[in-house]
Amino acid sequence: MSTPVDDNPQYEVHAQSRHAAGVYEQIEDSDEFRELRHRFRSFVFPMTAAFLIWYLLYVILSAWARGFMAHKLAGNINVGFVFGLLQFVSTFLIAWLYSRYANSRLDPLSAEIRHRVEGSL
Amino acid sequence: MPTFLAAASTVTSGQKTLTIALFLVFVAVTLYITVYAGRKNRDATDFYAGGRNFSAMQNGIAIGGDYMSAASFLGIAGIIALNGYDGYLYSIGFLVAWLVALLLTAELMRNSGRFTMADVLAFRMRQRPVRVASGVSTIVVSIFYLLAQMVGAGALVALLLGANSLTAKNLTILIVGIIMIFYVIVGGMRGTTWVQIVKAVMLISGAALLTIFIAFKFGFSVSHLLGAAADKSGKGDAFLNPGQAFAKSSAGLTGKLDLISLGVALVLGTAGLPHILIRFYTVPTARDARRSVIWGIGIIGAFYLMTLALGFGAAALVGSADIKAQNAAGNTAAPQLAKKLGDDIFGTTGGTILLAVIAAVAFATILAVVAGLTLASSSSFAHDIYASSPRRKDSSEGQEVKVARVSAVVIGIVAILLAMKAQTLNVAFLVALAFAVAASANLPVILYSLFWKRFNTTGALFAIYGGLIAAVGLVFFSPVVSGKVTKGVNGAPDTSGSLFGLGTDFHWFPLDNPGLVSIPIGFLCGWIGTLLSKERDPAKYAELEVRSLTGVGMERATAGR
Repeated sequence: MSTPVDDNPQYEVHAQSRHAAGVYEQIEDSDEFRELRHRFRSFVFPMTAAFLIWYLLYVILSAWARGFMAHKLAGNINVGFVFGLLQFVSTFLIAWLYSRYANSRLDPLSAEIRHRVEGSL
Repeated sequence: MPTFLAAASTVTSGQKTLTIALFLVFVAVTLYITVYAGRKNRDATDFYAGGRNFSAMQNGIAIGGDYMSAASFLGIAGIIALNGYDGYLYSIGFLVAWLVALLLTAELMRNSGRFTMADVLAFRMRQRPVRVASGVSTIVVSIFYLLAQMVGAGALVALLLGANSLTAKNLTILIVGIIMIFYVIVGGMRGTTWVQIVKAVMLISGAALLTIFIAFKFGFSVSHLLGAAADKSGKGDAFLNPGQAFAKSSAGLTGKLDLISLGVALVLGTAGLPHILIRFYTVPTARDARRSVIWGIGIIGAFYLMTLALGFGAAALVGSADIKAQNAAGNTAAPQLAKKLGDDIFGTTGGTILLAVIAAVAFATILAVVAGLTLASSSSFAHDIYASSPRRKDSSEGQEVKVARVSAVVIGIVAILLAMKAQTLNVAFLVALAFAVAASANLPVILYSLFWKRFNTTGALFAIYGGLIAAVGLVFFSPVVSGKVTKGVNGAPDTSGSLFGLGTDFHWFPLDNPGLVSIPIGFLCGWIGTLLSKERDPAKYAELEVRSLTGVGMERATAGR
């Protein structure tokens, strides 16, 4: 498929890499890369689903479960307020967990693949 | 006139002079930094991506600077001050949203893109149509956001400097616009990033100072603070429960759905905001992009926790009657709180100084955010729309950067003129609309591009235009544009709660926030469009997938500057 843009020198990075497309398909099919993709997706997809559900639960309870959210726990602090604070806590926690996971489980493997590929391209 | 009295008691000439002086110091410092940083700009990578050699911490602080707009500083503190619990919901949505960027987009985009969102979207598509679509949606989101901020600047000057005339507001918008254009054309991404960093540090320090004063005032007891806020609000315990601002019991199911719709747009919009996306390109590696988002989450989270203290503090110490007397939407709650705290702790002079400081911080905040937006939209125009034009086969990167500078001037002027026109209108919905468009038009296409092998050009165009038209169209036919009546209190006449005045009503979409409908439309259109076309390019997807996950062939930082 040739559009004028494909010949534009600005996009030559992409044009060059087209010759190496076969190489990319080989990498995509390699065990190491499959493992990297599996590790990445098996963390970020469930985690995304989890925090979205957890957040939506908070919003939905704020809309429909007013009595529950208004229930006082200590002094003037009610369930809704604590639930909101827990959203902050869970956000910080997930960021920290992902950072740890990526440092130990993703970065070394992706660096290994990158070095190997850059040697062969 | 209580409004006049309240304004007169808050704004004194000493405070005005001090606010203006502090603001001028900020402007002078940032202009100097911009010129200094701009001198290092050599090529397109410098202009668009600041040479990609900012550290994760620097970029993380700049992310905070780009994201914490005056709308969140003044707006959220104000909503909390007037409506208690419901204001809290906004800040939580704005923060949780960062997990989408952290987990799904930041690193992959850094690895596979160069300067704009379109670099990733167009990677395996036909360049021209996808780049144009992406440029259009980038510019639409940025203009909505820009307008909201600039109209806010006009309103702020009226409140903080006691200058209520239209001329004063227009002048403010003009000055803000000119400085913003200067930052972008002279400093490019490098200069603008430093402006964000300076602003973020000022904003966090200002908020922290007020939070510490509040903490002492209420003996470090959250319960005590909440109790005092509820008492002074005149609403009692209801102030601490959901339902004061959103989904009021009178609004029934529509109100509840509107709340969900707002919540969804807030949490899914951030990762599609163009001025946030291009931040990921300013660091050397994907790992730094990840670390900068984590820094950003820390800073933004801390900031929103502090706005909680500011909001409830303003409710408890200033009281909703005095806040509403100044500004019905509560936008002056934080500055009024500063004045009150200063008065109580240090006497009148202290109050004047603290108010002046917080006012100057608010102006700095607006200035930095509009600069980020102008940069994002002019980059996208030059890199995506201009440079991909079939007639521009020979365009060099130098020429492209020139075009980016010219379009920054044009977009800046358009924003100035629109903001002057819009300032008599009720534009409070524009920030929420920008988030809804970002979530409906940009997020689906980004996620499909990165994760769906079958996705193709037709799908990308359907997703972008479908989401864009759905979000803007539904808002146009919603109560925020026509047909909402705000009942006058105490015999005051009814006013229009919509963009158009009383008597105009052509709304048929019941919700104020389109996200609940327009985001699924964006995803659905992308899916349908993809299936309608036979285009498949597994080889290019293999390349994108390998590059995005491993960083093979990624754009390098400019060395040694």
